[in-house]
Amino acid sequence: MSLLRSFLAVRAVRDGRAQPAATVRHAHLSAEPLVFVPLRMAGESAAPLAAMVGASRSDARLLVVENPRNRDQRFAFMAELAEIIVPYIQKYAAQMETVEGRSAYERCLDAPQILVPNPGGLAFTRLIGRSTRFRATEGPHAVAPLVPLLGRWLTFLHERSEFAGSAILLAVTDLLAEHWVTGLSGAEAGNLAAQLAWIDPPGGLTGPQAALLAEDPLRSPPAGPDTDPGFDTHVLKPLLDGPPVPARLREALRGQLEPTWELMWRAVELLRAVPDAGGVAARWERDRTMLARQHAWIAEGGLPPGRWDSAVAAARRLAALEGAQQSYEAGKAFDDPLVMAEHRAEGAAFAGLVTDVDADRKIIPPGGKRAVARPLVTVRTADPVRFPPGRKLLSPARPKQGTVLVSATDGVVVLQVNSGMTKDATLPAPGETVCYTDLDPAGVRRPSLPDAAETPWTHGGPPAEYVPTDEDAQEAWS
Amino acid sequence: MNQGDDHGHDHGENPGGNHRMSHGGNHRENHGEDHRESRRVNHRMDRGGNVRVNQGTEHVNRMDAIRGGSRPVDHNARSIAALAANPACDRRAVLDAAGIDKDRTVAHLGYASRFGQSPFAITRTQEFKSIVKAHGGAHVLRLLREVLGLAVEEAGYHDAADVGGDSGHGVRHRHTAAVLNAAAQDPADAATLIDHPLLKLGVAGYDVYLEPDVIAFQAARRFHVVAIKSFAIIDGQADTGKVSAAAREAAVYVHAMRDLFARLGLDPERVSHDVVLICPKDFTNFPTACLLDVRLQLEALRRQLERLTRIDTILDRLPPDLSLDLCLDGDTPTRPVSELTAAVSAIPARYAPECLAACEMAYFCREEARACGSLEAIGRSVRDDLGGVDSVRTAIELIGGASPPPEEHAAIAERLRFVRRIFDEVVA
Repeated sequence: MSLLRSFLAVRAVRDGRAQPAATVRHAHLSAEPLVFVPLRMAGESAAPLAAMVGASRSDARLLVVENPRNRDQRFAFMAELAEIIVPYIQKYAAQMETVEGRSAYERCLDAPQILVPNPGGLAFTRLIGRSTRFRATEGPHAVAPLVPLLGRWLTFLHERSEFAGSAILLAVTDLLAEHWVTGLSGAEAGNLAAQLAWIDPPGGLTGPQAALLAEDPLRSPPAGPDTDPGFDTHVLKPLLDGPPVPARLREALRGQLEPTWELMWRAVELLRAVPDAGGVAARWERDRTMLARQHAWIAEGGLPPGRWDSAVAAARRLAALEGAQQSYEAGKAFDDPLVMAEHRAEGAAFAGLVTDVDADRKIIPPGGKRAVARPLVTVRTADPVRFPPGRKLLSPARPKQGTVLVSATDGVVVLQVNSGMTKDATLPAPGETVCYTDLDPAGVRRPSLPDAAETPWTHGGPPAEYVPTDEDAQEAWS
Repeated sequence: MNQGDDHGHDHGENPGGNHRMSHGGNHRENHGEDHRESRRVNHRMDRGGNVRVNQGTEHVNRMDAIRGGSRPVDHNARSIAALAANPACDRRAVLDAAGIDKDRTVAHLGYASRFGQSPFAITRTQEFKSIVKAHGGAHVLRLLREVLGLAVEEAGYHDAADVGGDSGHGVRHRHTAAVLNAAAQDPADAATLIDHPLLKLGVAGYDVYLEPDVIAFQAARRFHVVAIKSFAIIDGQADTGKVSAAAREAAVYVHAMRDLFARLGLDPERVSHDVVLICPKDFTNFPTACLLDVRLQLEALRRQLERLTRIDTILDRLPPDLSLDLCLDGDTPTRPVSELTAAVSAIPARYAPECLAACEMAYFCREEARACGSLEAIGRSVRDDLGGVDSVRTAIELIGGASPPPEEHAAIAERLRFVRRIFDEVVA
């Protein structure tokens, strides 16, 4: 945690209530998100037990596997799930626009958004995708046609969700923890009910009191994917061991899922009340573009992603993930003074008052011949400034204006403006409060990686193309 | 992942329970005697690997007095790993050393223990273990050949638990030592699988026996610890948390086995730091294996075991009449809750949120830590960020800045007030 977040945690304990850690919401929130609460059979890696899924609070669909150990029933569950999730995604994927520009590209008009309760839900979603995307729709162990498609879409959503700033598949506990600081430790904050109890305690209770109640598995069953061991012992096992009573099994599982379902929609309400951050739309556009690409790839008959990334693909993906992380962090700070304050507390930004502006200064840059405009801005600040001379800095007020730190002594910082002085641009004016940071929402440019065909021997040479095998398609499930 | 759920699964993989069920009935009754036997002579390793023997009858009696009439509970690799993860916690050290049933104690104190295990997870673990061990460990041998690159065609199989019905820990441990010694000294150097080796370990100045939950494998003069877990390895990857827990536990066995080798006059380095982890492959029940290098965990364990305060030093600081007896009437605890609460509270604890995943007492300790405003209860990172400050109240006072901060908090007070200023600036 950062110092500011620790400070807020202390305040949360003092006040018995969560403290906002953002003034705006940094993730896009769909008008019609699909809430997905999956449960898994204890002790199994990817055997679904039940799920509650739907795109509105009043439209909860309950799916139950009556015998989780029976593979046919598992695939029947997957087929039923596919019939809900695939059409929901395809509805968005089918509507595209062409974005004109230097090179025109396709983008979906909107994108699906799936919300799961916690990081465990994300991991389970990935496993559902992994276990279904290679299945064959004919031959031995054939599955319903939508099942492999469900696998491909869930795989896509999960891969996308690893990019910071993507909002196509989100864990609600992560989202809440990003926007509020509670008195719960990191380990405890994975409990959706406890986190909501701190953020929005029911009448008459403090956050910690409500959280204590919320931790009781009898009051708030775990938000999955793992079930409460007590429920397994006293309710589920007798039901599964005895003669089949599908109606009672469904009701028991509904009882485990419904409280989480309600909490998920309450969290959506709380998050909706926070206004969108400035960068949300651009990040959502990226999700929409990636959705259009994936849709085209599937439509062209492209293969599902293999079980393993090649060395090249892994290196590219890692670089892209890091880039996304950096620009997301910076973008958040530029959009939200409270997030910027976090960076100020760590010495990665400073704010102060402009005392002097030398707008007409002209110098001959090193290696140049003609004098060019390089205005100087002097800022008085009470923040500790930890940047060395020469560090490139940006200001959220003028993100296109590149500056470089000339000197910083005794709270007086001199900056030289190097770029972004077009006709309409303004320089900071004396008396204006400004903030400068070395974060850059555009991210850091990295040297490009060699072409796949020129992969060096250090990375195993050019990778062989992945071709799915029958073995993949008929992978045993036991 | 939700911590509470995590336990369920972790415990599901702990096969300790089923071993007890299979050959437990007998040695259970011998527990009391065994513990006394083990504590009468205290082995403690010096740095040089020599064994020092202490006579500690006095504190053995003290431990029995603290536990009272209940039967002592065994250590296992998980509990040692948990103890080593929090070496500064006297409470855990005393409760473990005295063999207190923490689950039952915390329940009597009015806190639910969230360490239940799902019956499905237990069944699954048992099923998988029996698949792996079927046909004299045929799978085990195949996997060992694969991961260790050995050309072993067959291996002898010994069950170290198999020493006649009525044997206690001491007997079984001596048997394990004899079997391991024979395998190590075998001139033909035949490959050997030794199932359920009962190992012991010096912890905080007294000896504990470990649940026999692994297989020891010997071939080409190297011994490997083989651990069977029921979490899946999917496309060569498994859940990080579960793998690291498995590595910490396996390290305890490697450590104990090396300790035994040193006592037998064998080279401890013959026990490899590469542990063989056997898990289900992908979505099947088919076993697959991988090597797990536990050097890091071994080093951490060794350091933490050294850091553990000797139990007699802790006992000296406790009230002389301390008793954690539940006063069982049959199976029902009759000890007044307030009395037990006071007794447990008399032993200092060191609560951190990490305890929730490792210790049965955690919810009791958390309540206590919260009540006295511990900063660590909100998380170790918060405590670290506010370096030097240990309570929420002090932090609030420093943030408020009403009075000049004491010297030792001057630096953090200045940073906190700076944070408050910029926070107020933004919120205003």
